[in-house]
Amino acid sequence: MKNFSYVSADSVGGALAAIGRTPGAKFLGGGTNLVDLMREGIEQPDALVDVSNLSTQIDDRADGGLRIGAGVKNTAVAGHAVVRERFPVLSQAILLGASGQIRNMATVGGNLMQRTRCHYFYDDAARCNKRQSGAGCDAVGGFNRIHAVLGASEHCVATHPSDMCVALAALDATVHVEGQQGARRIPLLDFHRLPGDTPQIDTTLRPDELIMAVELPPLPFGANSRYRKVRDRASYAFALVSVAAALAVEDGRVAHARLALGGVAHKPWRALEAERVLLGAAATTATFRQAAEAELRHATGLAHNAFKIELARRTIVAVLDQLAGRGGPR
Amino acid sequence: MDGDETHMSIRLRVNGEWRELRAEPRVSLLDALRERLGLTGTKKGCNQGACGACTVLLDGERVNACLTLAVQAQGREVTTIEGLATGDALHPLQAAFVACDGLQCGYCTPGQLCSALGMVREFQRGLPSAVTAEVQSGRPAWSTEEIRERLSGNLCRCGAYNGIVEAVHQTFQAEVAR
Repeated sequence: MKNFSYVSADSVGGALAAIGRTPGAKFLGGGTNLVDLMREGIEQPDALVDVSNLSTQIDDRADGGLRIGAGVKNTAVAGHAVVRERFPVLSQAILLGASGQIRNMATVGGNLMQRTRCHYFYDDAARCNKRQSGAGCDAVGGFNRIHAVLGASEHCVATHPSDMCVALAALDATVHVEGQQGARRIPLLDFHRLPGDTPQIDTTLRPDELIMAVELPPLPFGANSRYRKVRDRASYAFALVSVAAALAVEDGRVAHARLALGGVAHKPWRALEAERVLLGAAATTATFRQAAEAELRHATGLAHNAFKIELARRTIVAVLDQLAGRGGPR
Repeated sequence: MDGDETHMSIRLRVNGEWRELRAEPRVSLLDALRERLGLTGTKKGCNQGACGACTVLLDGERVNACLTLAVQAQGREVTTIEGLATGDALHPLQAAFVACDGLQCGYCTPGQLCSALGMVREFQRGLPSAVTAEVQSGRPAWSTEEIRERLSGNLCRCGAYNGIVEAVHQTFQAEVAR
C-alpha cells in the first residue's frame, strides 16, 4: 500500500480544513472498503482524514422521523429500537449486508460512499472507465453476471453494492453534507449517479464536502416494510437482486407504496414506475406482477446477467405479497 | 514518503497491557500485532475482510484487524486470542472447541473464537440478525440458526462448522438464557 499521512479530526471544521489544505486527501470512516481498495492500489490517497469520531448520534425526531449521524456504525443503526420499530426495512437491509465484524466497523457515511464490487474495477490489469476515464470497459463483453440491467451505459455496467442505501432509497432519505462553502441537503435518490459517459464519478458529493447525517422523514406505514436479498449463498454475499418495500393497504387497495431495487443498477434504484401502477390499485398478486413488469420493461441483459430481470420481477412480487399479508416468512 | 517523520506513535492496550509502537499509518492492526508486537496468534487469511481469520476484539467489539489501520486503534483496548486463557487454564470456549472438534488445521480458530465472543455480547444486548424472525421487537432466540448466521463472517476451509457451532452453543446456552 502506498504510504499516506493520517489525521484524526476532532471537529467538523477541523475535518473540512484538513481536507481543504491537503491535495489528494480522503475522508476515512470505518475503512472497510477504502482500506481494501488502497491495499489493491485502486485508491491511492496521499492523506486520510479520519472522521469516524464525528456525528455519532441517532436523534429521534418528534415528528416520527430520524436523523442518523454519518459516523454511526452500521450495527448501531440496525439495532436501534426506533429503526427496528418504525423502519424495519433499514434494519433488515443492514443485517443482510457484510458480516458482523464489518458491520461493527462500517459507518453510515462510508456505506453511502462504497464503490462498486465490479471485478474489472478491482483488477488494475483490466480496462475500466470508472478507474481510468476513457480506458474502456472490460465488463460489457466480459463476465458480467453481477452487473447492471437498469440505467447502465456502454461505458459502465457496474452496480452499487450497498444494501443500506436501497432501504434509504425506499424511505426517501436525505443526505446532509457540509463543505467549506456551507451546508446542503441532497435527496438520497440524487446522491448516487447513473454512469452515462462519466462513470468515474459515483456521487454528487463534492470532494471537499463531508457527509454529516442521513435524515429519514416520518413514514406512518414504515412499520410494514421489509428487505429481501437474493444472493449466491445464504449469508455474507453481495446481492444479485434485492428489494426494499413498504406498503399500506386500505380496503383492499394500495394506499401507499415504496419500492426500491438493489444489485441491478449503478445506484440504488427507486421503482417509481412500479409505484405508479400500485397506487390505488387492488392489492393483489396480479397488480404486483403488473407493477414489476412496468418497472423492468426497460431492463436489458448482458451475456450473463439477463436472469436478474426475471429474478427482480419475482422478488418484487414476493415481497409485496408478503407485505399485503400473503406468502411465507422472509 | 520515507523516513521516520511518516511514522506515528501508537499506544494500544493489548490483552490488558499498554504497548507502544511506531508505525506508518498504512500498517494494519493485524500487521502491528503480528509483526511489531509478536502476537502471531491472530492470523492473516485473505487480508481483505472476507475470511475473518484476523478477527480481534476492539473495545470489546469484533472487527477485522486486516481492515483496521493500527492508528485507528489508538488508545483503545485490543483483545486477541492470546488474551483469552488464564495461564494454562483455557477459556471455556477454547475448551469447548477442543471437546466438540471445532477445528482441524486451526488456522481460522483464533478468529472464530474472538468472533464468537463478540457475537455473544451482541446477542446479549438484543441485537437482531438477518435470521431473527421478528426484527421489530423483542429479543432474538438463541439457536444454531442464529449462531450460524452471526458467525458467517468467519470461514473454515476444513469445514469444522458443525463443531464450531456446537461449541459456541454449548458454552453460552445457559448464559444467554438468563
